[in-house]
Amino acid sequence: MARRSAPEVNAGSMADIAFLLLIFFLVTTTIETDSGISRKLPPPQEDQTVPPVLKEKNIFVVELNKNNDLLVEEAPMELKDLREAAIKFLDNGGGKGEDGCNFCQGAKNPSSSDNPTKAVISLRNNRETNYATYIAVQNELVAAYTTLRNREAQRLFGKSFVQMKKDLKDVNYSGNKDRLKEDIKQIQFMFPEKLSEAEPKK
Amino acid sequence: MSKFKKKKSGELPAISTASLPDIVFMLLFFFMVATVMRQNTLMIENKLPMADQIEKLDKKDLVMYIYAGKPSSRYRASAGNQARIQLNDKFSDVSDIKSFILAERAAKREEVIPFLTTALKVDGETNMGLVGDIKSELREVQALKINYTTRSGSAVDNLK
Repeated sequence: MARRSAPEVNAGSMADIAFLLLIFFLVTTTIETDSGISRKLPPPQEDQTVPPVLKEKNIFVVELNKNNDLLVEEAPMELKDLREAAIKFLDNGGGKGEDGCNFCQGAKNPSSSDNPTKAVISLRNNRETNYATYIAVQNELVAAYTTLRNREAQRLFGKSFVQMKKDLKDVNYSGNKDRLKEDIKQIQFMFPEKLSEAEPKK
Repeated sequence: MSKFKKKKSGELPAISTASLPDIVFMLLFFFMVATVMRQNTLMIENKLPMADQIEKLDKKDLVMYIYAGKPSSRYRASAGNQARIQLNDKFSDVSDIKSFILAERAAKREEVIPFLTTALKVDGETNMGLVGDIKSELREVQALKINYTTRSGSAVDNLK
């Protein structure tokens, strides 16, 4: 009896300990919702600068009043129709000669926008407007740009703009990333996001 | 002869629970890895609006968070019923945003400062007046990259 073997440790309570830890982590876990609409604010400007003169027909006025009603070009509109209306405006391509747009598929209405590069969407809201409504409108306007960019990217490069952006972020992307960057720039140049926000009215 | 006779037992053998700890540990490790501890304790109601044109904010360390919304019921007595801004762990005024941004910037390495994004986590019921004030403050300190944090879903549902 020189050596006695060490007594075996009972592992039966291991499961309980693990469960305790598991429940702790289950409760503290928050799968964070960190995604949203990315925007760029205009840089601060001095009061003296004169705003550039834009043709009336190149501006698409979207207004939200304090009752959360949507007014597009001074006519009331349902939110679900906004995307279609914005696409129609941006894709109109009514310009002639230098202002012309050779890829637009719109109605070429001379009283609407000349060219997507000239078309500006002006979003105006009231101080009383609901944030959720504002986000809904922003979302629809961004969606209008995305739809058009997707269409052109599909035509020129055979894949959608959203896919191109995804590929750019993907580390396993096999193609040429510099090319891809140039292609994305080209699409962005064709449909620049010109979304102007006026100071809210009191 | 009886050597080959099987014992006839009516009861089922007990299921071994020896592998239960392994299973639980597997789950435990999954949640430990997936857990992101909340940085800020929310003192406001924060029901984000929905949108579907969303981009992910993947670099967490390059994001500054500004929360806004009505104070939650515990803080209503002291903070009032009107929508407030929350920076870090306390209620703040619009005028505090500038110093908050500058402090956040000072804590980051210099080369990443141009990539800093401000995430606006604003409750859907907030008025745009407050959001407009936040935005004009951000413009003045040149924090121009913003992200309206939303949940993913159909934007039309916001109106209900």
